[in-house]
Amino acid sequence: MPYKPIDFFGIDELYHPEELLIRQSVRSFVDTEVIPIIEDSFEKADFHFDLIPKMAELGLFGITIPEEYGGIGANYTSYGLAMQELERGDSGIRSFASVQNSLVMYPINKYGSEEIKKRWLPKLAKGEAIGCFGLTEPDHGSNPGGMITNAVETADSYILNGAKMWITNGTIADIAVVWAKLNGEVCGFLVEKGMKGFTAPEMTGKHSLRASITSELVFQDVEIPKINKLNIKGLKGPLSCLTQARYGIAYGVIGAAMAVYDSALDYSLSRIQFGRPIAGFQLTQEKLVNMFTEISKAQLVAYRLGRLKDDDRATSHQVSFAKRNNVEIALNCCRIAREIHGANGIVNEYNVMRHAANLESVKTYEGTHEIHTLILGEHLTGIPAYQ
Amino acid sequence: MNILVCISRVPDTASRVIVGSDGKTIDPQGIKYIVNPYDEIALEEGLRLREKNGGTVTALTVGGESSKEQLRTALAMGVDSAVIVKTDSSFDSFFVANNISEYAKSINPDIILLGKQSVDFDSLQVPSILGELLGLPSVSVVTKLAIEGNTVTAEREIEGGKEVVETSLPCIISAQKGLNDPRYPKLPDIMKAKSKPIEEKDAVNSDERVTVMGIEIPLKKRAGIILGGEDKDIDEVVRLLHEESKVI
Repeated sequence: MPYKPIDFFGIDELYHPEELLIRQSVRSFVDTEVIPIIEDSFEKADFHFDLIPKMAELGLFGITIPEEYGGIGANYTSYGLAMQELERGDSGIRSFASVQNSLVMYPINKYGSEEIKKRWLPKLAKGEAIGCFGLTEPDHGSNPGGMITNAVETADSYILNGAKMWITNGTIADIAVVWAKLNGEVCGFLVEKGMKGFTAPEMTGKHSLRASITSELVFQDVEIPKINKLNIKGLKGPLSCLTQARYGIAYGVIGAAMAVYDSALDYSLSRIQFGRPIAGFQLTQEKLVNMFTEISKAQLVAYRLGRLKDDDRATSHQVSFAKRNNVEIALNCCRIAREIHGANGIVNEYNVMRHAANLESVKTYEGTHEIHTLILGEHLTGIPAYQ
Repeated sequence: MNILVCISRVPDTASRVIVGSDGKTIDPQGIKYIVNPYDEIALEEGLRLREKNGGTVTALTVGGESSKEQLRTALAMGVDSAVIVKTDSSFDSFFVANNISEYAKSINPDIILLGKQSVDFDSLQVPSILGELLGLPSVSVVTKLAIEGNTVTAEREIEGGKEVVETSLPCIISAQKGLNDPRYPKLPDIMKAKSKPIEEKDAVNSDERVTVMGIEIPLKKRAGIILGGEDKDIDEVVRLLHEESKVI
């Protein structure tokens, strides 16, 4: 059955023609390159490296980065729509693009010197270099300010020590944007593959995001040239990157939600019990309507947030709202879709269980659901509950 | 090679079509419009011919202002220039073919490519009328195309089989599914297409040769037959597929 995305409120009328074209191209790419291989890739935890040049050729790396650095120069709405389509394929594939765009190219473009930008951005855009982002540590997740990874300045370099965990693309990365304390203040450093003392072992045993590589980053007296330090101080550096990535997630998960909804609707119309399609039963209809309603609301939130970002007016609180809400409804859609698919919901003939398993990670990464609740709680009351 | 590809704006096949209040047109409310899928195949073939032989590809559409969206898609796919022959009134196949013909006379293309039909009204007339108006050979429903020098060899679908025909440039080729898999535009090309110019021409009017009296949605699909899993049910499925649907 062809994919039938939801657009109950005619939001497509609000998108610019080129935004819709970008969405359509990424949708076609996912149909031809991702969906045919993804169940196998997920099952075998085998990341398909050939997707990297294909994604690069389509223009999925550096979507909002200026053309002079090899980017596309498109707006944030286009970026959001591209993430939505990638995540219809798989959250792991979307994560790959999120990291490259929002967590690597964004900070290099925003906080890197001209020389660094020219050296790395075109390669990252072409997929000739892969990036990763090291903030989370084994003992510091929701509280990144407590990080123990640290840098010490010497006459002509910085010496980095510490470890990062849960790092998407770490093992295959050519460049890592690593956050470490220098004189007690969080600073960003570019650590290059092959630098002495830097290793990135892969983490295995995941039941989620299996089509994506997750790694540890270990730094033992890694010597980093001065030019590789980013021009930003304090937690606002990494948090600004996370705001970019979280925005992409708020859009992205709608793709996963629409994928499982689409499958559930098709299934409910073709699955016959008691002599008629289960779509005809009231309990099933309520489930479908609940998914459809939440997806439509999430679309409106994402659309508005995208436009605010395009105007440079979106706040990190609004991004927290959208990430928190949209990931939760997407995960709920997976659970409801699984119920509609009955026993078939657990097998890999359908996409439901894979999306459900992926979204369990998405609910926790990039600011846990709980932390986003507290960010909004502080916004409402003025009282920070996490300190 | 001077290549002209004609495209049209049609409702997305996934859209639910509702008949307008006049009973003769489609209610555009809530309909998404796309490049006619067969025209996309024609565009792809035009781009491949250019990649092989050099030259230029011009995309042409006959329609209202909103048809420019489809020309943007063609530009993003990689055509060199885009032309809209503008009309605000409703039109029939002759009107479209006549306007394509007028434009084609101004650029003398080596080949004109278009979809075998538009998936809105499915008249399948434009390629043949165009052949007559321009006095050019017109080969329809083409699934394979080879051009060597001036010689054109085309494989076309016919009832229950295929036919191979030979003709020569200049000619008109209408594309059928299977001719190629159309490319999807890359993001940088989509951005570049945004600022490319679209040439505008006024349509040449002609009397309507075919008037739509009314359109209606087909009646609800036939009720399905539900069979069990016994051997006799399987035999019945095979019999129905063979005798009723005639697909095996």
